[in-house]
Amino acid sequence: MTVTFPQKGLPWLLLLPQLAVTAIFFLWPAEQALEQAFYQEDAFGLSREFVGLDNFMDLFTDPLYYQSMLTTLVFSFSVAIGGMAVALLLAVMADRIIRGKLAYQTLLIWPYAVAPALAGVLWWILFDPSMGPIALWLDNIGINWNHYLDGNQAMILVVIAATWKQISYNFLFFLAGLQAVPRSLIEAAAIDGASPFKRFWTIVFPLLSPTTFFLLVVNLVYAFFETFGVIDATTKGGPGQSTTTLVYKVFDDGFVGLDLGGSAAQSVVLMGIVGLMTVIQFRYIERKVQYS
Amino acid sequence: MHHLKLASVVVGLSVASSGFAATEVEWWHAMGGANGEKVNEIAKAFNDSQDAYSVKPVYKGNYTETMTSAIAAFRAKQQPAIVQVFEVGTASMMAAKGAIYPVHQLMRESGQPFDESTYLSAVTGYYTDRDGKMLSMPFNSSTPVLYYNKDLFAKAGITQAPKTWQDVEAVSKKLQASGVSCGFTTAWQSWVQLENLSARHNVPFATMDNGFGGLKTELAFNGPLQVAHVTKMGEWQENGIFSYSGRTNDGAAKFYSQECGMFTESSAGYAGIKRNATFDFGVAELPYWEGKVKQPSNTIIGGASLWVLQRHSEEEYKGVASFLSYLSRASVQADWHQFSGYLPITKAAYDLSKGQEFYAANPGTETGVMQMTTGTPTGNTKGLRLGNFVQIRGVIDEALESVWSGDVDAQTALNTAVERGNAQLRRFEKAND
Repeated sequence: MTVTFPQKGLPWLLLLPQLAVTAIFFLWPAEQALEQAFYQEDAFGLSREFVGLDNFMDLFTDPLYYQSMLTTLVFSFSVAIGGMAVALLLAVMADRIIRGKLAYQTLLIWPYAVAPALAGVLWWILFDPSMGPIALWLDNIGINWNHYLDGNQAMILVVIAATWKQISYNFLFFLAGLQAVPRSLIEAAAIDGASPFKRFWTIVFPLLSPTTFFLLVVNLVYAFFETFGVIDATTKGGPGQSTTTLVYKVFDDGFVGLDLGGSAAQSVVLMGIVGLMTVIQFRYIERKVQYS
Repeated sequence: MHHLKLASVVVGLSVASSGFAATEVEWWHAMGGANGEKVNEIAKAFNDSQDAYSVKPVYKGNYTETMTSAIAAFRAKQQPAIVQVFEVGTASMMAAKGAIYPVHQLMRESGQPFDESTYLSAVTGYYTDRDGKMLSMPFNSSTPVLYYNKDLFAKAGITQAPKTWQDVEAVSKKLQASGVSCGFTTAWQSWVQLENLSARHNVPFATMDNGFGGLKTELAFNGPLQVAHVTKMGEWQENGIFSYSGRTNDGAAKFYSQECGMFTESSAGYAGIKRNATFDFGVAELPYWEGKVKQPSNTIIGGASLWVLQRHSEEEYKGVASFLSYLSRASVQADWHQFSGYLPITKAAYDLSKGQEFYAANPGTETGVMQMTTGTPTGNTKGLRLGNFVQIRGVIDEALESVWSGDVDAQTALNTAVERGNAQLRRFEKAND
């Protein structure tokens, strides 16, 4: 069904607020970053020099930048896949509960309201090598926990801290998705003798695929771009550069180090990555999704 | 009626705040908690002492946040008159000639009496230009010292506080023999174990007087002394004499829990340690390597200073100058020094504290001051003036961590850090030349 407007002006007028928001909050800053990436500038903006592609050359000749890309990939996929797997498990379980359903669901949604930095601090305390309860417990079972020195442990810590919050969000969507699966289908399969596991894999999971796809996009974007608060509060990118993701590096170089040109160049690279990710997701992965 | 009342209150308020037409001077700072309250108290005392100016302190978050917001504000032409900037931001502030109003010039032009020789040169030296003129006003300065657990020392039969790193090693072994799991840990590893290590032994951290000589400076902390020290610390990390506990001062937890018997940390950490330690503790000077230096030099400071920003009215600057004079008064300084644990910035404040028997009543609080004021600062001990220093510290943290974890040897790690740090220096030179 197509709605047609009598005048040409009205649809534009109705679109205007959204267009203005997009222009002011997205296009303009993006354009600024793009411009800044070609300059080197002192922090106060007193002098500015056009340096061409120098900022990009500095990035791409730095082996640590590629290291940071790899770190980002490991971190982001761990967060996205880990967060979704746990959330799906919890959602399937919560969906089966008959009594006290609301209480369970509410409790599971709560962590989403916790600010990222706070979530970081929370896990940082739990895992503190000398006084954190989890670290002490790990010590007891023979695992020496010290994320200040061990890069892999630091990565596990930031992944847990970043995933924890996101589980609630994923849970909410999975639960809604599960509730939309027609009972009749599952009952029919049950009558045909399909086991609960088989019913889940062959009926429920495929029907959830639009939700799963949506969450995959959202979670990857979250892990790529919104996790620097968590990293800053837990490991500050260390030890070495083992938890320095691309976004953390932008924040660290730009806001902490005041290297605006270098930071802007990194933002431009990130914009490119977002574009690429979107194309890949919608062209290749979405094809496998079944919308009813 | 109700509205009328409200309106009169509003009018009343606005009259009260502008009634005396006191010129407002905004001061952005990074002092949270108890120190933040003290800052408000100082400003209030100044405001009450006269009615021409009114200083308004605004807390802007941690050091990084405060500096970043002041810079952003400057770009938007909304900058405060005074901003507190941490020591690693000094080179960035200095290089921004059009943005800052050097303190010595401000004092002269506003006709405030100002004698630079009354300040402690070891403190102000960090913030002076090549002619020794003060560019910013030191506010909270500290220097690294060694805290030790007297109870654990007694239990292990140790009677003397360690003076040298050799002592630290021997003491740590005794502590370990008595059942303590770690000898010492450190806060701010780059500042304590490299920057101040270099100063203490009077060797350069960077060329051209640690950057005071110009933007062409290059890092030099991969010399034999630093390599030997970092190598030794790597070995100590392995056998538990040293235990790494992160880039900031999280190591305090290990000292409080008596997991480690010693802790190298800022002299300004005193109040926190006093509050949290459930044991008797002592404060010793930062150790040095016996045989590497005859007489250890003064250490360098950390902390922050107050910078005055451009683009304000003459009237405001008069207020700023008058406030900075007030801050330098012996009574104000001594009070701040005794309350916060930061170093006094004038000789008079130091003498006053001595006269009030503050050091006798609080053993350990004088250690930092004495360590700072031994001898005359040299080009290697005056301070550090390096552009992009925040990133360079990050690079150093990464290098040291790779040594502590046993991945890389000290020489290779420090060479890499020098190379990466130099790249940062060249970027800064390019942006500010």
